[in-house]
Formats: sequence, structure tokens, C-alpha cells
Amino acid sequence: MSQPIIEAHSLSKRYALGSIGAQSFREELNILWDQLRGRAPRQRSAPELWALRDVSFEIGAGEVVGILGRNGAGKSTLLKVLSRITEPTSGKAIIRGRVASLLEVGTGFHPELTGRENVYLNGAILGMRKAEIDQKFDEIVEFAEVEKFIDTPVKRYSSGMHVRLAFAVAAHLEPEILLVDEVLAVGDAAFQRKCLGKMEGVSKSGRTVLFVSHNMVAVETLCPRSIYIKEGRCAGIGPSPELIARYLQDSSARREEDLAPDRVQSDGTARLLGYRILNQDGEENQDPKTNQSFEVRIRVNVFQEIRQPCYSIVIRHHLGTLMTCVNTTEQGLEMDPLPPGEHEIAVRLGPVTFLPALYRMTFHLQNPQGHLYTWIEEGINFEIAQSPLYGTRDLDHRWGCVYTPVSYQVRPLAASSEPVKVNP
Amino acid sequence: MIQPSSATVPPPREIIIQPSGWAGLDGRELWDYRDLVLLLVRRDFVSKFKQTVLGPVWFLLQPLLMTVVFTVIFQKVAKISTDGLPGPIFYFSGMVMWGYFAQNLSTATTIFTTNAYLFTKVYFPRLIVPIATSLSNLIAFAIQFVFYFAFFFYYELFTPASEVLAIRPTALLLPLALLHLVLLSLGVSLWMSALTAKYRDFSHLMAFLTQIWMYLTPVVMPISIFPPKWQWIPLINPMTALVEWFRYSFCGRGTMDPLCIGLSLVITLVLLVSGVAFYQRTARTFVDTV
Repeated sequence: MSQPIIEAHSLSKRYALGSIGAQSFREELNILWDQLRGRAPRQRSAPELWALRDVSFEIGAGEVVGILGRNGAGKSTLLKVLSRITEPTSGKAIIRGRVASLLEVGTGFHPELTGRENVYLNGAILGMRKAEIDQKFDEIVEFAEVEKFIDTPVKRYSSGMHVRLAFAVAAHLEPEILLVDEVLAVGDAAFQRKCLGKMEGVSKSGRTVLFVSHNMVAVETLCPRSIYIKEGRCAGIGPSPELIARYLQDSSARREEDLAPDRVQSDGTARLLGYRILNQDGEENQDPKTNQSFEVRIRVNVFQEIRQPCYSIVIRHHLGTLMTCVNTTEQGLEMDPLPPGEHEIAVRLGPVTFLPALYRMTFHLQNPQGHLYTWIEEGINFEIAQSPLYGTRDLDHRWGCVYTPVSYQVRPLAASSEPVKVNP
Repeated sequence: MIQPSSATVPPPREIIIQPSGWAGLDGRELWDYRDLVLLLVRRDFVSKFKQTVLGPVWFLLQPLLMTVVFTVIFQKVAKISTDGLPGPIFYFSGMVMWGYFAQNLSTATTIFTTNAYLFTKVYFPRLIVPIATSLSNLIAFAIQFVFYFAFFFYYELFTPASEVLAIRPTALLLPLALLHLVLLSLGVSLWMSALTAKYRDFSHLMAFLTQIWMYLTPVVMPISIFPPKWQWIPLINPMTALVEWFRYSFCGRGTMDPLCIGLSLVITLVLLVSGVAFYQRTARTFVDTV
């Protein structure tokens, strides 16, 4: 193959934070009215964010390439642009082949339609011609193991059958290029393993794969080459081990994280500035592990004295599951007043039994009646690092959210004279 | 997994991704997705009537009930002229063309919101959705059109109104008129769906707008009822030509004004071309706003 299968030439994508353009027709009319009267338009200072900035790379046919980068670095935006879900703001990409992503599994399935009708509809949405689906239809149905129910509306399917059928269609699409975003992959653990397995299969069959993951082990084993994206820019393309090392170094070199100013809310009494994560040994460059304690240190600028501060935290898994929420009022704690000036609030958590994954924390500084002084919604991110918890292998979100020690005891229930004791 | 061999599969088309500004209608790509259009039409039809008792009978019931209401209110109570036609014939004939148009307008406002789950996940030419919608609305049109003849023959055979009723040779223009109707409806729908995606205000405005538009079209009131000074209003309305063509061809009353038809064609083309451009432009970055 002489020509690369994917070429990106300084792709850029800008998002206007908050709102895109005017929110309502009225606002647009106001702007128009101001222009007509020759006045300067009212302030529409929507802050901008370059999710991608001048990203260029080439990928040859048959390559399996990892995409590395911290959350919000622009990895998902890159996949969205390459799969044409959204358009870049500037730049150009050339793709020579059919693109599919595992995000699309089951897209367009309609509950009222039969399995057969849905296979055709879903296939056509993914870009297959009817003749092509005709050809593969039997294979798809066999793969999904739903022969008996193929003419039943899918709303009567069990969720397992539903997923199997959806996956079967996607698996028979035979794209030349497969885009996989692991964080966004839906479904249960078995299904996600199937996706990963499918990916391996696809890459072995000589197709091109772009793989976004936080699982460095997976990236290193599956992808010989990687692209490292940092703050929307392409920070490096090259052999995966090298880039993974750089990525890990960058993420450990971070000191305090700034809180995005547009995400911090404030009533004018105080304002959150930034935060640091310290593991149980007080180290900042090592992510905490499961079953360890750690500290979140939040820096806040207080403008007016807060007599009865009350701290409230909410932690969510990056897939959205609510992990825990707690506040000082409910704990019966009375916190010392906060005089004006900068303070660091150390929130000590733990030992925390969360499994390795990314977590997002919400922090409120409020009064006991619930009036909020300053707060950030899901803006404090921390990662629970990989550790061989059960002693055999690394665990990630596919194994759930929390760690519980489990032990087993098996006793024969033979019809012996001994009564079997059942534990309460 | 079998690797498609390059000998049997034609080399895939180069996809070029770049900001496309105002231009951008890829006819070939649209054609490649023609199967999807048909499957979406089928989905619309099936899903609309699953779990309804009457099923497609609703297509008939709606205009029938409207006809009854119009006959009572406009003919019997308000005593508004029906151009010498029996009331039900006059109203139903207007409803056949107008009904299709109005149905398209009401679905247009929800195109982006109801398909957001598709648009955010997979790429296909976004124009496919409104095209499929306007085609699936043709099913209702066809049923109503056939039913209209039941009305027609009843009055032709069993009432003295048979003297005024006639089917004229212009009825043969049906395919052209239908194409005109579909393109006009599509043009307006594209505008409305793009506007609604940008400003949700239009979803509230739409029902009201459709009502006003109907009264400015000779659906319930003949053109002759407008004072001479205001006759130009129904005439510049692109739907008038179509409704009047139908009444002229299938009832034997009404006017075929070449100026009105020509104007309607021009307006249709302008709305369609600008509608496609506006819709495409909106669709390209719509997912960034949801």
C-alpha cells in the first residue's frame, strides 16, 4: 500500500463553551436590532475551546494505532471528526475506506420492528447496501443465535439477544477502518470483552484500527504505534512503549490541576482555584490505588468571611455511576470559620475501595442551610491506579466499580447424619 | 472474518473530511444510501401503526373528521361559499393536497430532536431523513387520494351536484403536480427543521404558522372570498396553485392561473435550494449543540 489509509492535515475543532451561537430566536433578534441601530453588539463572550488543534498524522492500511491522552485532551473529538459525526473547524482529513466504530452497535434499532427488519435498517444506517445485507443475512442471524425469533419484534427480545443481534450486524460490516473508544463502549463486561476480542480479530485480518483507551496494557499489546494527544495538539506519533512512557511521565509530572474557570461556580463569596491529589504516602506523582487512602487538596480563595463553612462531595465513576456522596453537616462536623484569603482544604478519603478507573468529584463549599458559596460539578478528576487486587490480573471498569474481598468455602451437602449448619 | 479481497471489491471511495461551508450536496453519496431511504419509510409506516386499533384507517379518519368540522362550521354556520361545489367535496379536495403539506411541516420540527440519537452516533447523509419523511407521508396522501374518488362518485352518481362535478384532462398532470408538491413540502420542511434545530422557539410557532397558512390557501375558503384588493395574497402563496390545480382537475371548479403556477414553481425551487443548503449547514455541526 503506497497511499496511507488515513491522512489528517492540521485538523482543528473549536467548541464554543456554554452555548453555540444565540440560545434563542429572541437573542438573535436582539443582536440584529443592535446591529441595525449601529450599536456594538451586546457581549456574547462564549469562551472557546480548541478540542483539536493542528493535528496531522498518517496511518497506513492495516496498522493498529493507539490514541493516548488525558481525559478532555481531544481523543474522542478526533474519533468523532474521523467518523464524520461532526465537522472539523479547519483542516482536512482523507480516508480511503469504510469507517465503522463500535459506538454504533444497535444504532437505529426500532423496538416495533422485527429482528429481520432491524438487521436491514441497522445495516443500511451503517452504510451497507441491501444486496450486501441479503448476502450476509444468514451469517448475521447465525452469529447472533436468534434464528427462531428473527420475525419477532425486537421489543420482545431479551437484552442479551438484542445486543447479540446488534453486534452481529456491526461485526459483518467489514469496515476497512475500525474506530474504538473504550471509555464510551457500552454494555456489560462480557460484551466489552467481546468488543476487545473482536478488535484483535479485526487487526489480525489486516484492517486498520484506531484504539482509544486508558488501559495502557491493552494499548501496548494491541498497538505497535500510537498517537499522543495533549491539550488538543498532537504531542507525538511513534512506537507505543515510547509514547506510553511519555504519557505516564507527563501525567505524573503534573502538580496542581487548575480548575477550568468557566466550570467553577461562585456567588461572589469565595472561588475555587485548583486541586491536588496526594496518595497515602503524601506523594503527588503517584495515583492512589484501591484500598488506599488519599487526599484531595482543594485551593480556595475566600473573599468574605464564611462563618459556618460546610463541605460537600459527590464522587462519580467516569461512566456515570454515583459512587458516594457525603457532607460535613450530615457527618455532624462543625468546621472552623474561613477568614478571607487563600486556603487549602484537605479532604481525606479512604481507604477507598473503588476499582481502577477515572472518577469525577463534585465539591461544594456551602453553609449548613445549603446556600452555595462556590462549587464545581464533576470537575475534580482522579484516577485509581491499576494494582493486581485479586493477585492475578489488572482490573478495570469492566469488572465493576468497587472492590470487595471475597472468599469461598465449599462443603458437601450429602445426606449424612450431620446437620448442615447454615451461616446466618 | 473474511478480508474483502481487492479483486472483487471496488476500491473504496476517498472520503475527504473538511469544513464545507455553504456548499455540499453529494448526489452520488445520496444515491448510495437509497436503500436506507426505503427502509426508513418502512420503519415510519410500521412504527406509526403498531399498537393502534385502526392502523392506516387513521389516514382517512383525520381528513374525514376535518371535512365534517369544516362543513358544519364554514358552510352551514358561517355560510362561506364553496364555489358551487358540495361542501364535503370542496373541503376534502382541498385537504388532499394541503394535508400532505401540513403533515410534512409538523414532522419537520422534530427531525433533529427525534433523530439526535442517530446523528450523534453514526454518519450518513443527513438529508436522507427529511427525504424519507416526505416519501413516507406520500402513503397517507395515496390513501386519501383514492378515498377522494369514493366521495366524488357518490356525489356524481347519487346527487344533483353531478352537473358541476367533472374530471378534466389536466388530471393527467398528476405526476408533475405530485413532484411539485413533494419538492415544495421538502423545501419548507428543510427550512423549518433547520430553524427549529437552531431556535427551539419554532417548534411552538409551527402549529400556529400552519393554521395561518391554511387560511391563506383556498382549502376552506375559495379565492373569490378574498376582497379584490387582497386577492394577491392567496396567489403568491405557492400552495394555492397546487390546491387549485387539484380542484380544477378533480372537481371541475377552481382556477388554473399560469402566473400563479409559474410563481409557485419559482418559489419552490428557491425554497428547495436554499433549504438544502441551510439544512446541510445546520446538520454538520448539530451534534456539537446537543
